Amino acid sequence: MSKPKFAMYWAASCGGCEISVLNIHEKILDVDANFEVVFWPVAMDAKYKDVEAMEDGSITLCLFNGGMRNDENEHIAKLLRRKSKIMVAFGSCACEGCIPGLGNFSTVDQLIDTAFTTLSTDNPKNLRPQTSYDAPEGALHIPTMNPMLKTLDQVVDVDYYMPGCPPESHQITAVVELVIAALQGSAQLPPKGATIGAGNSTVCDECTRKRNEKLIKAFGRIQFTHTDPELCLLEQGIPCNGLATRSGCNARCPSAGAQCIGCYGPAEGVVDYGARLISAFASVIDSEKPEEIDQILDGLVDPAGQFYRFNLAGSLLRGSKSAHHQSNGS
Amino acid sequence: MTEETKPFEPVIIGFTCNWCSYRAADMAGIARMKYAPNVRLTRLMCSGRLDPTFVFKAFAGGADAVLISGCHPGDCHYVNQNYKAMRRYHLMKRVLVQMGIEPGRLKLLWASAAEGQIFANEINKFVEEVRALGPLNWNADRRPQIADHVLLSVVNGQPAEAEVKA
Repeated sequence: MSKPKFAMYWAASCGGCEISVLNIHEKILDVDANFEVVFWPVAMDAKYKDVEAMEDGSITLCLFNGGMRNDENEHIAKLLRRKSKIMVAFGSCACEGCIPGLGNFSTVDQLIDTAFTTLSTDNPKNLRPQTSYDAPEGALHIPTMNPMLKTLDQVVDVDYYMPGCPPESHQITAVVELVIAALQGSAQLPPKGATIGAGNSTVCDECTRKRNEKLIKAFGRIQFTHTDPELCLLEQGIPCNGLATRSGCNARCPSAGAQCIGCYGPAEGVVDYGARLISAFASVIDSEKPEEIDQILDGLVDPAGQFYRFNLAGSLLRGSKSAHHQSNGS
Repeated sequence: MTEETKPFEPVIIGFTCNWCSYRAADMAGIARMKYAPNVRLTRLMCSGRLDPTFVFKAFAGGADAVLISGCHPGDCHYVNQNYKAMRRYHLMKRVLVQMGIEPGRLKLLWASAAEGQIFANEINKFVEEVRALGPLNWNADRRPQIADHVLLSVVNGQPAEAEVKA
């Protein structure tokens, strides 16, 4: 009997998700023992035409990481969706846009200008990339950027979501074991649309720091603050996103003395991650005077970045007004 | 008149609290005060119930502006929850500005149950301010059906997520 087929792809992402898959150490041998890896650009040579030649639904498990930044990303997402039985939005980029999704604060022109004109770029002729070029050997094309980065489920149907930037290795191990057990008939896969490889609660729930009543007179940046290692960071005025963030990482950052930045995405039941945090942060500010409230809020230097670092493309607003207007042509 | 030549009528989603600002709106109605019909009001028990999600959802769904109203500071039926609404309003405004949404599209209004006239006047003023800002056009293709959709989903407490994501 031939082994079930496995694919992994990266769209707009950093490659960290692939590293975290390799970080499952010897468990990777189980993946190899139980699956035939048919497509995984970062690990093996394969061509898109090989995937196109496969039968629809012939890939059992596809871990898709990265957001939809350009038409190539979308093309491959649709292709792999067609060829795969189980399509997993793997990692924060595919689930909710993540860091590449922050591009949705700007227009494509602004992004390209920044990349090709700012101080760190040597571009004396002020060139810009062209998406097609007529070479003597024939026309060449590179992918065209979408006006806004989209999450995977804004483009194709997704079976499961696996959050994290990147997903923790122990969670990947658990998911791989579950899929193998399900293929062997000894376990059941969760219902379609479920979040896998993460908890159902919040990071605060896993955090061991002591919590009292939260009353904040000033927000500070962790690099400029001496924090009590035992006490809740938010109580100390450090903007920690743990209260709206899904559990699953064992509260790694707060345990290591850093605030949660929200890479595991919205907790169960949260519609808009940033809105939930705005609600929570505003609630714990200890002031009833508008001027003083504004002064305290000045301590949050970049609120939109704080609340939507991983989540902008998957949020209700999805991006800034300029990005939207560019997108709908108004 | 075709869709293009119609004058711009702002769609504003408003949130009132049960105890003061909704009573103010009621008062304006009972007293037959005339004011702009652009605001679709949703009654919450308290302005402190206002989840910022409601505001973002309204904008994402195509609203041109959002009004938050509650009891005057010190008058809250739930002691101090309107202060919470005030702090959320301040923080929300900062985030919306970073998103490129003009600060004038979010308004906080205190109105007691006796202030029907103030409520009506403030709404008239707000509608004209938003009219001057022009349409937000967040979701140009979905604008006509927005108001009812947002209202319904907020009232039912069931975010119609699939539609927002579509």
